[in-house]
Order: sequence, then C-alpha cells, then structure tokens
Amino acid sequence: MSTALEHPTYNYKVVRQFAIMTVVWGIVGMTLGVILAAQLVWPQLNLGLPWTSFGRLRPLHTNAVIFAFGGSALFATSYYVVQRTCQTRLFSDKLAAFTFWGWQAVILSAVISLPLGFTTTKEYAELEWPINILIAVVWVSYAIVFLMTIKKRKTSHIYVANWFFAAFILTVAVLHIVNNAAIPVTAMYSTSIYSGAIDAMVQWWYGHNAVGFFLTAGFLGMMYYFVPKQAERPVYSYRLSIVHFWALIMVYMWAGPHHLHYTALPNWAQSLGMIMSIILLAPSWGGMINGMMTLSGAWHKLRTDPTLRFLVVALSFYGMSTFEGPMMAVKTVNALSHYTDWTIGHVHAGALGWVAMITIGSMYHLIPRLFGRTEMYSVGMIAVHFWLATIGTVLYIAAMWVNGILQGLMWRAINPDGTLMYTFIESVEASGPGYIVRLIGGLCWVLGMLIMAYNVTMTVKRSDTVRQPIPQTA
Amino acid sequence: MDTGTFRGIITGLLILAFIGITVWAYSRRRKPDFDEAANLPFADDDEQPNRDKRLSPEERTHEADSREDKGDRNT
Repeated sequence: MSTALEHPTYNYKVVRQFAIMTVVWGIVGMTLGVILAAQLVWPQLNLGLPWTSFGRLRPLHTNAVIFAFGGSALFATSYYVVQRTCQTRLFSDKLAAFTFWGWQAVILSAVISLPLGFTTTKEYAELEWPINILIAVVWVSYAIVFLMTIKKRKTSHIYVANWFFAAFILTVAVLHIVNNAAIPVTAMYSTSIYSGAIDAMVQWWYGHNAVGFFLTAGFLGMMYYFVPKQAERPVYSYRLSIVHFWALIMVYMWAGPHHLHYTALPNWAQSLGMIMSIILLAPSWGGMINGMMTLSGAWHKLRTDPTLRFLVVALSFYGMSTFEGPMMAVKTVNALSHYTDWTIGHVHAGALGWVAMITIGSMYHLIPRLFGRTEMYSVGMIAVHFWLATIGTVLYIAAMWVNGILQGLMWRAINPDGTLMYTFIESVEASGPGYIVRLIGGLCWVLGMLIMAYNVTMTVKRSDTVRQPIPQTA
Repeated sequence: MDTGTFRGIITGLLILAFIGITVWAYSRRRKPDFDEAANLPFADDDEQPNRDKRLSPEERTHEADSREDKGDRNT
C-alpha cells in the first residue's frame, strides 16, 4: 500500500484492515452456512468425522458471521465514522492496531477450538474461558480507543451514530463479562457460575442483547452515517434519532425471557419478556422510518445507485424482522413457532436482510474512499450483488416460514385418542424441499460475496495504479 | 417499602425520564443545535461527491447541491 493513501488527519490503516477482513470473513462465514444447509439436505456431507459434524460447524458458522464478519464491519465503520464526525484522529494508533490483531486472534482461535469440540455450550458464547479473557481485553481496548476519540473531538456535538456505537461497545462489554463468568476447571474447560433457570435467564439476557446491541445498535450507528452520506442529505429527523436511541436501549434490555417461553423460567418473567418485546416494536420502527424518510426527495437516486439500494432494502428487512420478532414473542404464537425453522428464518431475515445488507452497502461506500476514490471498480457488479443478495434472502426466509409452520402444525397435530399424529422424523422428511430452497438462497449469497471480493480487489489494485504516477509539485 | 412498591417507583421514574428526554429533544430551543449536529457527516468534506467517473464536472456540483435543493433537478 503506497503512502499516498494515508489521510493527513485520520487513521485509515486500521479501517482498511478491518474493511478487507469484513469481506474475507463474510465469505468464510457464509460458506460455512452453505455447508451446513447442504448437510441438512444430505447428512452424509458431515463426512462421518467429528470435526466436520453439524454440531461443531454450526457454532463456527454463527461465530464467524456475527463476530468475525459483523464484528470486523463494526470495528471498521465505527473507527471511520468516529474520526470523520469528530474531525480528529483515533485516540491511539497502537491500541487501535492491537484491537485489529487481537480480534483476528480471537477469530482464529474460534476457527481452531470450535471444530475440535471445545465449547461452553452457551449459544453465541461458545468460546472457552482463555479466549473469553482475550475478548474482554480486546473489547476494553476498543472501548478506550472509541470513547477517548470522542473525548478529544473537534466538534461540539457527538453525532448520533457515535451514540449508537458507544452504547453497543459498552453494553457488549457488560454482557460478555457477566454471561461468561465461569470457574475454570482445565485449560480448555470451565463451568458457568450460574445454575438452572438463572443460568438460562442470564444466557438469554446475553443472547437477546447480543441481537439488540451487537446486531442492532451497532448497525444502526452504521445506518445513521452511511444512509445520509450515500443519499447526500442529513437524516430525516435528528430529534427522532435521539428519542429512538434512548427508547431502544431502555427497552431492549428486558426482552430476553421471550427465548424461554414455556420453560422452567417463572411465568411472570415470560409474560414480562413478551410485553417488553411488543413495546420494542415502537423504537425499532421509529429508527426504520427515520432511515427511510432520509430518502425523501432522493428516491430517484435508487435508480442509478445500487449501494443506496443495499442500504434501503436493509432498512426494509429491518422493519420486517422487527415486526416479526415481537409477533413471535407473543406466547401463543411462540407455542407454534418455537424450536421450528421459523426461528431460523427470522434470524436470517435480520442477519442477511438487515445486518449483512447494511454492512455491504456501507462497505461499498467506504472501501473506495479508503483507497482514494469515491466509486467502486464496477457499479454493475454492485447491482448484480444486490439482486443475488435480495433473491437469496427472500428464498431463504420464505423456505423457513413454510418449513416452520409445517413443523409446528405437524408437531401439535393429535389423533382423536390424544396420541401424536406424526412422528418427529416425518416432520423432518416433510422439511426436505424447504432445505433445498434454503441451500439455493445461501448459494446466491456466497456467489454475491465472491463478486464483491473481486470488485474490492480491483478497486484496491486500481487505486495503486492511479496513485503512483502522481508527480510531486515543486 | 416492599419490593413491589420499589419496582413501581423505578418504573415511574424511568417513564418520567423518557418523557423528559422526548420533551427536551422536541423543544424549539434545541432546533439550531440539532440541525448543526445532523450536518456533521457533511461537515469535513475533503472528498468528491458520489459517482466520480460517470458525471461531468457540472453534474458533480449539482449532485453535491442536492442537499439544498431536495433533489429537485429543475431548480
């Protein structure tokens, strides 16, 4: 990388590193997802080996897409946005570099330890205690870099995107440390300090807020910067963004119990979780409307700008999945949907439709600027990627809706004498066609990411050739 | 005071805090500050607007101005 790319004020190096790794880990994580989808159609694809079995690769897939792909994207965009909206360089280049290498070390240790079978068995917190300590150290460093950069800002205001990023960083630190509190037994084995229903409640307090703060607040920070930037107009209502922020962080905290409907959790806690989940619709849609309305007067840009299309469709999927979520949290709906593929469909409406699309839109805005241009190598390829991603998401979630409702209805169907009408394996067999459609959706996504990787590579290469011949003026 | 009353008071205080934030955010006095804050993403523009190679220089200027003219190309 030539020094001509270095920005006079900002630290773009760490942003570039995280941005490139976002694309790399996106491909890795989504390819793992496709392998798992194929294993559900053809179970022989686990090769009969423990390391490639579904139970070990599944946490690797979730960790790779959430923490490696999503995490790298959040690091890249938060470091970029905080510098540009505070008009100051990152607090410490060395500490920022440490967060990059530290985070990559965390991901690599996940790639090694999860297939080997080391797991705490806590969903989305499977990594064992030595890795958890490394995560805590990296995360606290991240918080220091980010917050100290805000502290030394040259502007009087703290832009709303930074509020969301700061809330995401602080909350994830608390969630991670509390949920992973454990007593180490051996070098790679520990037991949680919580037990029984309390362990379950702590786990889903963590799990739901991982969704609320890692996958929502962080990416809303992205939305509040990149949607206005790409649409070239300020956010629709700054006032609404403030109310949106406080409402979202006040309400999200209490929605976790909806993951434990009809379990040993006290009934009042389940009902409370359900009510808070329904209230959550209001702040979620407030944010979605704020993002959408930013486009008012600029809708014509969607015709020519596929990057903006990524950002706007991400908001549509966000609105859709934040409606679906509260609905599924209602206990009577949950009685049908829980433990079925509907849940997986809902997660992917959020993860592919919202998180991945807003990330990709942001990357298509960000990457050329990091390499001294304002446009990617090929805008046509962005458009192709957009359609692959959209069609892939629709195929995925439609297949899972059909499968989920089918499974839910088959499991609860009873004969007049009270016996079950179907065996479990009959519901698995009936799910087969849906699994094939889901696999096709996943393949669309991976193909789109490979096109993105090519586009990014060419953009980086072009920037080198463009930059080098510039002569120095006397 | 029993736990139920304590929780009720906390809930009440949180509602009051939230109403307070909303009133503060929508007060007329805050408008100029928020307008300034909303424009922070555009405050340090050391870069070209979007679409560097397809637009002519005049169009680029127009593109940059679309913040002011609300995208109306006839102005």
